[in-house]
Amino acid sequence: MGEIRDLQYQEPAARAAQAARALAGAPAPAAELPDLPSEKMVLNMGPSHPSTHGVLRIVLELDGEVITKAMPDVGYLHRGDEKIAENMTYSQFVPYTDRLDYLAPLANNVAYALAVEKLLGIDRQLPPRCQFIRVICCELARISSHLLGLGSYAMDVGAMTVFLHTFTEREKIYNLCESLTGARFTTSYTRIGGLSRDLPPGWIDQCRKFCREVVVNIDETETFLTRNRIFVDRTRGVGVISREDAIDYGLSGPNLRGSGIEHDLRKAHPYLVYDQLQFDVPVGSAGDSYDRYLVRIEEMRQSVRLLEQCLNKMPAGPVNIQDGKIALPPKDRVLTRMEELIHHFINVTQGVNAPPGEIYFGHENPKGELGFYIHSKGGGTPHRLKIRSPSFVNLGILPKLLPGHMISDVVAILGSFDFVMGECDR
Amino acid sequence: MTTSLELAERLRAKFPALISAPAEFRGEITLEVSDPEAIPEVCAFAKRELGFDYLVDITSVDHCGEDPRFTLAYHLYGYGHLCPLRLKLRLSEEKSELPTVTGVWRAADWHEREIYDMMGLRFRGHPDLRRILMWEGYPYFPLRKDFPLSGKPTRLPEVAFTEPAPLDGGPFVTIAGGKDTIAREPRARIPETDALEPRK
Repeated sequence: MGEIRDLQYQEPAARAAQAARALAGAPAPAAELPDLPSEKMVLNMGPSHPSTHGVLRIVLELDGEVITKAMPDVGYLHRGDEKIAENMTYSQFVPYTDRLDYLAPLANNVAYALAVEKLLGIDRQLPPRCQFIRVICCELARISSHLLGLGSYAMDVGAMTVFLHTFTEREKIYNLCESLTGARFTTSYTRIGGLSRDLPPGWIDQCRKFCREVVVNIDETETFLTRNRIFVDRTRGVGVISREDAIDYGLSGPNLRGSGIEHDLRKAHPYLVYDQLQFDVPVGSAGDSYDRYLVRIEEMRQSVRLLEQCLNKMPAGPVNIQDGKIALPPKDRVLTRMEELIHHFINVTQGVNAPPGEIYFGHENPKGELGFYIHSKGGGTPHRLKIRSPSFVNLGILPKLLPGHMISDVVAILGSFDFVMGECDR
Repeated sequence: MTTSLELAERLRAKFPALISAPAEFRGEITLEVSDPEAIPEVCAFAKRELGFDYLVDITSVDHCGEDPRFTLAYHLYGYGHLCPLRLKLRLSEEKSELPTVTGVWRAADWHEREIYDMMGLRFRGHPDLRRILMWEGYPYFPLRKDFPLSGKPTRLPEVAFTEPAPLDGGPFVTIAGGKDTIAREPRARIPETDALEPRK
């Protein structure tokens, strides 16, 4: 059997001879290359691009590989939620809030319910059990949203494993959601003045088990990324936002705290029972993409802390406010008593009777400050409902932030912003 | 500890002719600014002297059938004193224009574009007043109360077929602006006549 050789194989001496021939026959290189006409290139990124987390489109103007101008284009997921809200009762809008930040539907439900309850003037009269369960909902949603944010962020900068790893843990949150609300994704759990149902039996123990497991998962995620040379090189010093810019552009949530501003609506204006619970607000120092990542990691640990306190302190009692004009009365009484039947009928057909007036309620959502501005002229329907979505406002800084960065940094910066277009476009 | 009410009174003391008495509802303080033209001046003072460094939101409300038709609400907040404040102003339909506050807070940029997009109010001096959620060239303002919930029929911009196809002169041709997708479909060209091959 003869020697196995590559088809293109040449003896080294023959290759050297061929190279010498080519060199002799080749024209001498020009003394000086003429200046190439340099032209800026316009690159369209998105709306269907894996790192845009939905349908964000950015038109980038490039000089070589450096961005000179960035024009974000949003609205590809615009569904007119604010218009829809003007045409239905307050309770009917709860399912639409699931579809805002669809990675944290429980937190949106709570934010919306609290806004309407503030308009009704009952946000301080909710039963304690309802308030504790709502805090649990918010913190579960925060962990779920951050796990996905980190997983996809790591995948965007090249680490596939983290995504699979964090999704294992999110699956457990979905299982908890399923047994709590009946749905894994579109929870619609809150009602005006309460919740759609109480905790199912054994749920607290399941949630405790989850708390023990997720802490391990967060630590493992950190070992994948925090000291990972590639991840650090891709994110440290990339997308630096100064304190002044962060405030001026109205950033909120982890993106604001990454720039070193210690502001959390749960601390600054405590709602529900956050003033009875102990937790810390992590802040960054440099304001780069790496700091925003660190803030999210620590926020998840604080959320677990909050979850454990709520589970230990969980009081007994009703979950709905005891006012048939606001929350639906229990079904067994509706079918047997006149007054409850009337309340049920009015509540379903006309909705709660809100006073005329206007309120704004800002809620610390996983992505930032989710605000609802409700302008009421009285009755069961808002005259105007404005959703101040954190993703929409956070993306406003991109035209300022992106120029000067390389094109591959866009992916790292977008990942560190952790936005959701369902909420941005509403 | 400063309160929103104290800050509102200080703002009112600076502009006594412009600003109404503070109204309180559910613990929120609202001031009404009588002249829309003065809003950048009032906001600049609130930011510079009263520490309202964070613009939370700008919203417009349509009171169709009333005069003045529109209301704008500016939600201010200060990280130094943690006090929120709402400024309101009224705007008639004939005018539909007011000065921008992008010079005070950069965050106002996208909020004002959204109000222009949804309600059709123009902000004088805005650096880039384009539609933001709807597409460029959309003829209506969907959040106005006289716009029906079901929407109105509109032509979508035909991005792919408004210009000659890249293969113009090649073996396939397409007609820009054909009435439906079948008419716009690329077809084989008859080389001699430079016309389209008849449809089978």
